[in-house]
Amino acid sequence: MRLRGSLTIAALPLLLAAAACAPESDGGPTTASDPAASDTAGSSAPADQCAKESLPLVSEHPMLTIGTDSPAYEPWFVDNDPTNGKGFESAVAYAVAEQLGFSADEVMWVKVPFNNSYAPGPKKFDFDINQISITPQRAEVVDFSDGYYSAAQAVITLKKDGATPTSLADLAGLKLGAQTGTTSLTAIRDQIQPDSDPLVFQNTNAAKQALLNGQVDAIVADLPTAFYITAVEIPGSTLAGQFQFSGEQEQFGMLFEKGNPLVTCVDEALAALKSDGTLAGIEQQWLSDTVDVPVLE
Amino acid sequence: MSAVDRTPSERERERARVRRSIRRRGVLLATAATVVVLGLLVVGLTSSPGWPRVRETFLSWPDAKESFPDIAKGFWLNVKMFLAAEPLILLLGGAVAIVRSTVSPLLTPIRLLAVVYTDFFRGVPTILVVFLFAFGIPALGLQGVPNDLAVLGTAALVLSYGAYVAEVIRAGIDSVHPSQVASAEALGLSRAQAMRFVVLPQGVRRVVPPLINDFVSLQKDTALVGAVGVFESLFAAQDYGNFNFNYTPYLVTAAFFVALTIPIARFTDWMGRRMMERERGSR
Repeated sequence: MRLRGSLTIAALPLLLAAAACAPESDGGPTTASDPAASDTAGSSAPADQCAKESLPLVSEHPMLTIGTDSPAYEPWFVDNDPTNGKGFESAVAYAVAEQLGFSADEVMWVKVPFNNSYAPGPKKFDFDINQISITPQRAEVVDFSDGYYSAAQAVITLKKDGATPTSLADLAGLKLGAQTGTTSLTAIRDQIQPDSDPLVFQNTNAAKQALLNGQVDAIVADLPTAFYITAVEIPGSTLAGQFQFSGEQEQFGMLFEKGNPLVTCVDEALAALKSDGTLAGIEQQWLSDTVDVPVLE
Repeated sequence: MSAVDRTPSERERERARVRRSIRRRGVLLATAATVVVLGLLVVGLTSSPGWPRVRETFLSWPDAKESFPDIAKGFWLNVKMFLAAEPLILLLGGAVAIVRSTVSPLLTPIRLLAVVYTDFFRGVPTILVVFLFAFGIPALGLQGVPNDLAVLGTAALVLSYGAYVAEVIRAGIDSVHPSQVASAEALGLSRAQAMRFVVLPQGVRRVVPPLINDFVSLQKDTALVGAVGVFESLFAAQDYGNFNFNYTPYLVTAAFFVALTIPIARFTDWMGRRMMERERGSR
């Protein structure tokens, strides 16, 4: 039984490592690294708290760090380059930054894969803007800004497949696909409840390929993405229709570390952009008018 | 036949007492040390500043329960994939190893092919092979070629692992002493017969532990196929996490894999021990 002595000895380095790794409470950006910090979103902040100099930032002042996934798809970003201010989310991000008092060259973008964005612990971004739907479960783990876009779900099919679905019930008989972690996928599972399990994609690109390869009959995605895919990405595809996920208006929000006091300031900036019509203008510019898409019941 | 008096002497009893107490003290010390060390580890972990957050995101019982059915369903796919892949890998690896062990000049082109195959597929990351297969082959639009991502992913695993297993089996073949082949030839066996009846049985038996090692590794690597959208257990966990912002399902998946691989590891140990006993006739 050599195990007895060796187990103890083997555990010692682990113990030392644990002692070495236990970090001091991080002196990072968020003043509230206390996990029990209450959700500050919604309460109005005193004006001086949102002065540019007093904003809690993850990097050196005066840089505002914004995260998004890579590749950054149209129509949210253009040319996979968030820094050019083109595309809906890039434009919104720069407009918010400007409201907070940051010039365009004081904004820094970092690549944050979607499934890293909600990792516990300090974040490497001040906020993440990545078509993230606000849901109650998610809001327990991270903080969201107010919604900056109301999304609808849309169904993409290939024209040559003939019969276009005209209702959600029609969709249940098809092989459907959607991207992982999206409300589109949850809509398929909970709302449409198709006969065969949906195909789940890692990203929009894989979804496109699967539709072209005939591995799925239809893709569900948010309306602007779907609109862009049918208009530009897949020749011969069509928007079969749109519907609301679980019948409610779905909102995209910016994602913050839980308890980050910056949320209130960003919310104020968004409110200002909404009331002076800037946000509506950006939406008009980048997200095509999609009223003519039939609504599936 | 009167029963022999077997009561131990006073001195023998004293010896046994001392031995027992020494053993008892050893067990107590080992237990105490282990408890102290593990206790300190647990304390260190749970008193770290981020522990409550980690407990919420990694050890949430409701999330584990909710994600379990999908992960279990996905894991069944993992199991199916490696059960389908393993026999094919053994066949492919064996064939490549035998080809590489031939010496006839006529077989040079096919030997060259085997060398190129092992070099290429051992050199390219497995996940890359999976990507190339899953995205490339359906795009060709060939008739009769499967379009199913799980099938394509499994084919990629077979080719990738076939190269590793070929090298393992070749090492086994090379480890058989040349005198064995010479003896076989002296008995009148042809080269092919010598390979079939003398070299392979000994060579393969020697590399059973590394083969099982590759087999365990293959089980884990079936999770790579999730990267192309096959809904196996890891992708099921990731998908749940991406929607609910919780990492607990990852641990559920890890538990599934561990529950499968640990018995196989014990089985390998047992088999290795048995082989040693058979060869050396000792324990």
